[in-house]
Amino acid sequence: MSNILEVKNLNVSYGGIKAVKDISFVVPKGEVVTLIGANGAGKSSTLRSIVGLVKPESGNIQFKEGELAGLPTDQIVSRGITLVPEGRRVFPDMTVLENLKIGAYMRKDDLEEDLKWVHDLFPRLKERSWQLAGTLSGGEQQMLAIGRALMSKPELIMMDEPSLGLAPIIVQGVFDIIREINKQGVTILLVEQNANMALKAANLGYVMETGRITMTGTGMELLENEEVKAAYLGKAKEK
Amino acid sequence: MDWITKNLPYLMAGISVGGQYALIAIGYTMVYGILRLINFAHGDIFMVAGLVVVYAATVMPIYIAIPLMIIVTVFLGFMVERVAYKPLRSAPRMSIMISAIGVSYLLQNLALYVTGGLSQQYPAIPWISDTVTVMGATTKRVTLITPILTIVLVVGLVMLIKHTKIGMAMRAASRDFETSQLMGIKINNVVSMTFIIGTFLAAIGSLLFFTNYTGVTPTVGAMPGLKAFVAAVFGGIGSIPGAVIGAFIIGICENIIKGLGWTTFSDAFTFALLIVILIAKPTGLFGEKSTDKV
Repeated sequence: MSNILEVKNLNVSYGGIKAVKDISFVVPKGEVVTLIGANGAGKSSTLRSIVGLVKPESGNIQFKEGELAGLPTDQIVSRGITLVPEGRRVFPDMTVLENLKIGAYMRKDDLEEDLKWVHDLFPRLKERSWQLAGTLSGGEQQMLAIGRALMSKPELIMMDEPSLGLAPIIVQGVFDIIREINKQGVTILLVEQNANMALKAANLGYVMETGRITMTGTGMELLENEEVKAAYLGKAKEK
Repeated sequence: MDWITKNLPYLMAGISVGGQYALIAIGYTMVYGILRLINFAHGDIFMVAGLVVVYAATVMPIYIAIPLMIIVTVFLGFMVERVAYKPLRSAPRMSIMISAIGVSYLLQNLALYVTGGLSQQYPAIPWISDTVTVMGATTKRVTLITPILTIVLVVGLVMLIKHTKIGMAMRAASRDFETSQLMGIKINNVVSMTFIIGTFLAAIGSLLFFTNYTGVTPTVGAMPGLKAFVAAVFGGIGSIPGAVIGAFIIGICENIIKGLGWTTFSDAFTFALLIVILIAKPTGLFGEKSTDKV
């Protein structure tokens, strides 16, 4: 099994403050990998540096044999990575259909098939094709943000807090979709504060604390880990 | 009938001037929409477009001078963005604003150096400078052409923004730079395209404006530039239909005031209007409302 993404000794700083300190991790092809941790642990900064929205200070980011560190965002995404940003960030004054089409902005081939694929995954988006994205509910916007990302036909899709601010029943739906997308062959790197849900969905998990990766293991191992339970799952350590 | 012949020239002049302001105002409003920058150099680019025709017409036929002017002006707009604004993309907005003021004075001073400060006679453009009579009122043909041409160009622009890929990229970038980049949109190309369209329209505007104007001086861009800016604010800066409607309202009101015999106050009116709008409706007629959902 090969790794689609390998991050080595990545450092990221914002105006002198180190957000990510010398982290290394891998994302095996075809799996769901999660990065969990508290607010400010550096999870989002890690994703943002992978897609080039922030320039890494040092380190390597290998994606399918190619180096990404230092490339502009449009070149990175054209290689088959996409990021579903935190807070969804749909284009509120465009229609749902336009939002999906702009997801395929770089592509020049026919979109019909992929549009059908996304509409099958999210029938609600088909019903609301002509509605402005800003009028959708939070859960629908999250579906749209994921659908928009899928329209670029990514090999690796990264999601930054997809469950943020959503009702529990909707969160369940989002995770079902994540599993479904993964089953169809897309590798997923998931950043979450909802550690319980994320670890259940993941094959491989990393725990981030104040810019460092402190623990790693399969999703199940981390779920059973006493320290993870105490810190992220709200369960007291058994004495 | 008598009333019409008396007032029609002012109304026609107002619509015509409004169209010219509209063509300039679109450049302000589009650049603001994408970069959140008031491009203070826009009026001066408009002035340079005038000077190019003045000098080009002395050495070549007018039908070559005009396309040349459009190319030179668009190139100037493109270069100004690449040299003075692009390096400041991640700088605080104040820095890029000051850079814009710097470009404005640079262009004015270069023009002063080239012209020696003398007003340069704008050449008569055949056909559109001809005099025509409409319902007993005499005017230049350009007065009639301006509003039609303006509307055609605006409709074309709106179609471009609504229905093409680059238009979609422009709408996306004006909302959210980062997410647009995630879609694979090259922000620098979108910004360049915005400047190219804006300066192209200003170049057409300058052709129409100077045909009706005595001469080109280094500071001639300031007043139409400022009024177009007021028009853009009036319509809601960032909105193209807003800028066009604002420009026509300002152009018509200004000329009605002139018609009433208060020519001295016509400029004062424009700026008084700006103050009233900013107090009553700070976002303008069609200003952006923030509908972000968190």
